[in-house]
Amino acid sequence: MSVASASIQFFTRLLRYRTKCAVPFHAASRILISPYLPQVFGGNKVLLGTCAQPLRSEEKVTVYFINRDGRKITTSSAKGDSLLDLVVEQNLDIEGFGACEGTLACSTCHVILDQKVYNQLGPITDEENDMLDLAFGLTDTSRLGCQVCLSRDLEGITVRVPDRVNDMRRSDDAGPTL
Amino acid sequence: RSKTCWRYGGTHWYAGLGNANPQGPDWCHTFAPANICLVHTGMFLSVNVQVDIYERLPVPFGLVRFGVAPDHPEVKNVINTFTQTAQHARCSFHGNVRVGKDVTVEELQEAYHAVVLSYGAEGNRTMGVPGEDLAGVYSAKDFVGWYNGLPRNSELRPDLSCETAVILGQGNVALDVARILLSPVDILKKTDITQHALDALAESSVRRVLIVGRRGPLQVACTIKELREMVNLPGTRPEMEASEFEGIAETLKSLARPRKRLTELLLKAAIETPGEEELERRNRAERAWGFRFLRKPLEVLPSTDLIRAAGIRLAVNRLEGDGEGVRAVATGEVEDVECGLVISSIGYKSLLIDPAVPFDARKAIIPNTMGRVQQTAGLYCSGWVKRGPTGVIATTMNDSFDTARTLLQDIGKGTLDVSTVKPGSQGVSTLLEKRGVKPVSFSDWEKIDSEETRRGEIKGKPREKMLDVGEMLQVARA
Repeated sequence: MSVASASIQFFTRLLRYRTKCAVPFHAASRILISPYLPQVFGGNKVLLGTCAQPLRSEEKVTVYFINRDGRKITTSSAKGDSLLDLVVEQNLDIEGFGACEGTLACSTCHVILDQKVYNQLGPITDEENDMLDLAFGLTDTSRLGCQVCLSRDLEGITVRVPDRVNDMRRSDDAGPTL
Repeated sequence: RSKTCWRYGGTHWYAGLGNANPQGPDWCHTFAPANICLVHTGMFLSVNVQVDIYERLPVPFGLVRFGVAPDHPEVKNVINTFTQTAQHARCSFHGNVRVGKDVTVEELQEAYHAVVLSYGAEGNRTMGVPGEDLAGVYSAKDFVGWYNGLPRNSELRPDLSCETAVILGQGNVALDVARILLSPVDILKKTDITQHALDALAESSVRRVLIVGRRGPLQVACTIKELREMVNLPGTRPEMEASEFEGIAETLKSLARPRKRLTELLLKAAIETPGEEELERRNRAERAWGFRFLRKPLEVLPSTDLIRAAGIRLAVNRLEGDGEGVRAVATGEVEDVECGLVISSIGYKSLLIDPAVPFDARKAIIPNTMGRVQQTAGLYCSGWVKRGPTGVIATTMNDSFDTARTLLQDIGKGTLDVSTVKPGSQGVSTLLEKRGVKPVSFSDWEKIDSEETRRGEIKGKPREKMLDVGEMLQVARA
């Protein structure tokens, strides 16, 4: 897929968010990508919650969410959407999910996957791992929902939303207080 | 409909509300930095509740606008959520109202069923050392306020003509300050950093920034994202003392994941021999930064004319104990570092806003139990003023959810009486009018917002923030 069409899809997606939110679209402030692309220590490219997909498919992927209260939510979305996209589009009742809108600046879209599903997914970038470090109740099969893109292989997966949204940047263990 | 009031000052505030009774009360609360999700989550929508927000400045969002670094625009995305909430039919914003001065907390309590204080922490901890008042010494709170356009810091005019800057504290705020001091201007000029800060930084002679902490590498308080940004900062190289990292590598395997990854990155930057490409990049870099550990400020040393800072005297520490109980203990040794800029980033502090509100001066918070202010029915608190000034937006968001639940519980149990009719914002408006105070509504703020965005567009920035409250009011009323 070309950079141009990836960009178009990215902007379309953003526009969709903005119209949904009925908020004026301030292009520059919303899409500024961090200038600090990792170069020095061979980090991976930063993904910003965009899932590369040539065309929006009519094929839907069913996903089961287990919400924090234990309740199961059944939903489906087009391939290529991220789990965060799915939550937003379907207006799922998951408290405080996706505060930074998929820009790897928080850990509120933290989800726990089955081991098999986790193994299927691609490598995790440094930037995602940095934010996962701050997630409450981190497990070995945790991912950020904004970075998990739906494909046919993920049909019927179960996604658990962990118990509490709590960015760890106040625990002594993680060190940081602010 | 009854009315309750939530009052914020400047802290983040999200609140998810549960289903309250149909005869629900009205609440008002003041807008603080990143708050207001209580309406947003949709729980509020099912409840017959009115929420009014009172904020000291004409502009909302608090620390999301004034604290988050200009080069972290994605962190500010949460403003969209707040805007949605504020635009809700049963939510209204009243800016330019100083609670404690224009209207007292007691008066608010008379007008509303519940008042929620979440005015954050607008003070800062001081070093408490001689020389702290010299020119060239600033709190990180003021320095950040200066480059982020907080009106009260617009005249700061920090002197950036020295070569070395010393920052006390090693949290994310300290790293933000270091990064802004050393970032290439080409990057900063595309952000919403204030113009006067941009101009000053373009002329800056600062080439070396030391980030100094009392304890060791394992106690550093910043997060890995901010450290990685320093490591990758164009045009800069890390410069640290290998001796300060003795024994650290051996501890790695026993550390929890977040601390482990952070320490690994720190070691890599501090002592690992770089590859060829990285070595070349470092040799070309004109600016340097580094952590210094086990150092505590004793005195800011004056210049010969005794007016400005020319250096800082640091006590050398050693660590005692281990794990959570690690303490810094003075060794008796002392070290002087030459510098012309000293920025203390050792913590924010909440202030007393109204004598009628209980306040714990030692902890600098409002004494409370799960958000219920002690000994005062109908008064609640949330965010930093409730728990202390630590944590990020999401942390405070969670805290706000908790306070909201407490409030709803109290209504449900009848502990909070919402049966009487209260005047709400009508009552407060009458008082404000008598006192010559004209609140700014959310749509007034949107006029300010449009104007700032328009001014920014001309310069290729997301916005150019207004620095003067008078100007904000003018645009709001236009």
